Amino acid sequence: MKRREFVKLGSTSLIAGCLPVSVVNLAFGGTHDDFSFAYISDSHIQHIKGNKFVRNWDQGLIRAVAETNLLEPKPDFVMFGGDLAQLATKPELDHGAEMLSALNYDVKMVMGEHDYYLDLGEYWSELFGPQYYSFDHKGVHFVVLNSILTFDDWTYDRWESGERRMSEMAGLDNPNGSPFMVGEKQRKWLAKDLKKVSSKTPVVVFSHSPIQKIYKGWNFWTDDADELQALLQPFDKVNVIYGHVHQIQYNQLGNIAFNSVMATAWPWPYPQSYAQAASHLPVLTVPMNRADPFDERDATGWQFMNMHSGRADLSFNLYSNQNRKVAFDHEQGHPVDASYQADDARIAPQKHY
Amino acid sequence: MKFRLFLFMAGAFMTLPALAGDLGLPPLSIPADNPQSEAKIALGDKLFNDARFSTTGEVSCATCHDPAKGMTDSPLVTSLGINGLTGTRNAPTVLNSAFNKTQFWDGRSPSLEDQAQHPFLNPVEMGLPSHDPILEIVNSDEDYKSAFKAVFGVVAGEVTMDHVTRAIASFERTEIGGNSPWDRWYFGGEEDAISDGAKRGFQLFLAQGRCISCHAIEQDHALFTDHLFHNIGVGINNIQPQVADLAKAFLVAKAAGLDVDVAVLSDPNVSHLGRFVVDEQLSSLGAFKTPTLRNIALTAPYMHDGSIATLREVVVHYNNGGVTKEGDSVNSFLSGGIRPLNLTDQQIDDLVAFMEALNSAGQKPQQAMITRDNGTARTAMADRAPSAARGESE
Repeated sequence: MKRREFVKLGSTSLIAGCLPVSVVNLAFGGTHDDFSFAYISDSHIQHIKGNKFVRNWDQGLIRAVAETNLLEPKPDFVMFGGDLAQLATKPELDHGAEMLSALNYDVKMVMGEHDYYLDLGEYWSELFGPQYYSFDHKGVHFVVLNSILTFDDWTYDRWESGERRMSEMAGLDNPNGSPFMVGEKQRKWLAKDLKKVSSKTPVVVFSHSPIQKIYKGWNFWTDDADELQALLQPFDKVNVIYGHVHQIQYNQLGNIAFNSVMATAWPWPYPQSYAQAASHLPVLTVPMNRADPFDERDATGWQFMNMHSGRADLSFNLYSNQNRKVAFDHEQGHPVDASYQADDARIAPQKHY
Repeated sequence: MKFRLFLFMAGAFMTLPALAGDLGLPPLSIPADNPQSEAKIALGDKLFNDARFSTTGEVSCATCHDPAKGMTDSPLVTSLGINGLTGTRNAPTVLNSAFNKTQFWDGRSPSLEDQAQHPFLNPVEMGLPSHDPILEIVNSDEDYKSAFKAVFGVVAGEVTMDHVTRAIASFERTEIGGNSPWDRWYFGGEEDAISDGAKRGFQLFLAQGRCISCHAIEQDHALFTDHLFHNIGVGINNIQPQVADLAKAFLVAKAAGLDVDVAVLSDPNVSHLGRFVVDEQLSSLGAFKTPTLRNIALTAPYMHDGSIATLREVVVHYNNGGVTKEGDSVNSFLSGGIRPLNLTDQQIDDLVAFMEALNSAGQKPQQAMITRDNGTARTAMADRAPSAARGESE
């Protein structure tokens, strides 16, 4: 009898965590502006030759798209967080766009460096439109930045070809690389864009790289993050959501909550595992684990987000792994993982038997 | 440890033929609330074979789990219940199910004891409206009355389904088998226990075939399962366009009280949703439990729906990256471990030879006749090069 009760309880909690019919507004009942959107990122579609593409990366995006189509209630739109392609070629961007076309929702795009440095985003823009823009949805002001720009002399004067420029920017710990930045032109646009927005209006910023400085060697970094944060701090509720890092990160700086999203292609290790250089993983972040490195989809995934009271709660769909949920805790004033708590919030392990 | 001790004590007054010293198997843990005894096992055996526990009086547990057929109903594609009704699932073997962490293809039952109560009531299996007819029989039949009294100390009128399922589970825990030619070679060091082809097949099993990642083996024993659930492209490949509607309709119905056991065995499309019907996770769409490979050559056809006739075609399915017929499209929810393997025909044959070396001593391979859609029949193990395992039956 006890076992049966336990089994029952177990399945009840699973229903609460399940995706397809999760009644997401339950916890925040009454707010009419609650809505959800899905977020897919970093698919790195890679062309081999002819009609051959890397099967593994294809499979990651195909699966995320198919699962996103099963969401219930339906998300209002889908964000794609950048790095649709690996080397920004037309076949890669076309193939990726074709796969995204299977989504039953409106899709909005963020530029990643792997989409950009071959032709400086020309073909990407032809397919997907402007590289930075803003829009309003159900009382929230959304801003999309192209955060993967860098110094003009690196971009325009250093490389003999777009291919070379792309491959230099695609490497990690590459002394020939260059730090990401949003740049002055876009910052001016942003300042102007935000002028028309009330400080009470929730603001959500989508960027490819984190608008915070974590580790420069892998461009988990945006050089003008401080200036950008200063532009955003006057608003009561700001959420910055970024891809690029292929892992779960979250942080809180003043009014700004930061959340990263998963890649559908492959996971990166956490930067502190690279022992030869200092890195600054946000202390709030409880790193994710890798459940099964054999599984091609291990430590990859996608997520959906509930917007409520101006804050984004992220539900991560992870493969061969326990799903995670990182939600904004209004009492503590920062994002908190529902299961994996910060060091000081954990129950101390038993040390004697 | 407990079990070993039990075996030691049991050995003095009873025999567990399949158990003692079975090479390649781990110690079997027996639930503390259901210890084995000779009388309980015999009672379970009797219950397991009693066809009175079905509406027609023709179907018993053993109908679909026949000791002569590797504890399955091979070569049936899906099992045959009362009145010629067929379910949606290929009968999983009872052999070594004592080691399973969950029961049924989708793991919807946590134990043998729990599992045993369901087929009696399923309308396409034994079809009883409730367990009452069983309890009437066991509380009135003289043999049962004395057996339940002896085993559980309960008098007529007090026997419950809990007693019935515990006895059946005890019997099932004796249906275990290791000690295959492969065990004698791999764990026993008997060089010529298996053929060279089977040895090459084992190397492929470890490496290029990627089999071992799910059909796990350990240093001193091998159950050939990770006890997990994977979408390998069977069943759901064919219903991909319907998955969204099916999954939603199922969850709504389940929340409203749908009997999952009935739903999965009566509706092939719900059946193909796999583990999802239990845990409702997207990652579980179309995923089924990794079955053991022991005695696999005895239990054709294969997969949860019995849709693949031979072991060779199973390997070809994996070699194609999760599609049975080359060129068919694979479902979007495919598990990440499944990808094309680039095996040659010879390598595929070697993998089959390896699997055919996994029959436990004493288990006889069937010349299983598979009836195909076009009405022609052929042997499930047709045209295989003789291997050590085949040698036993010939």
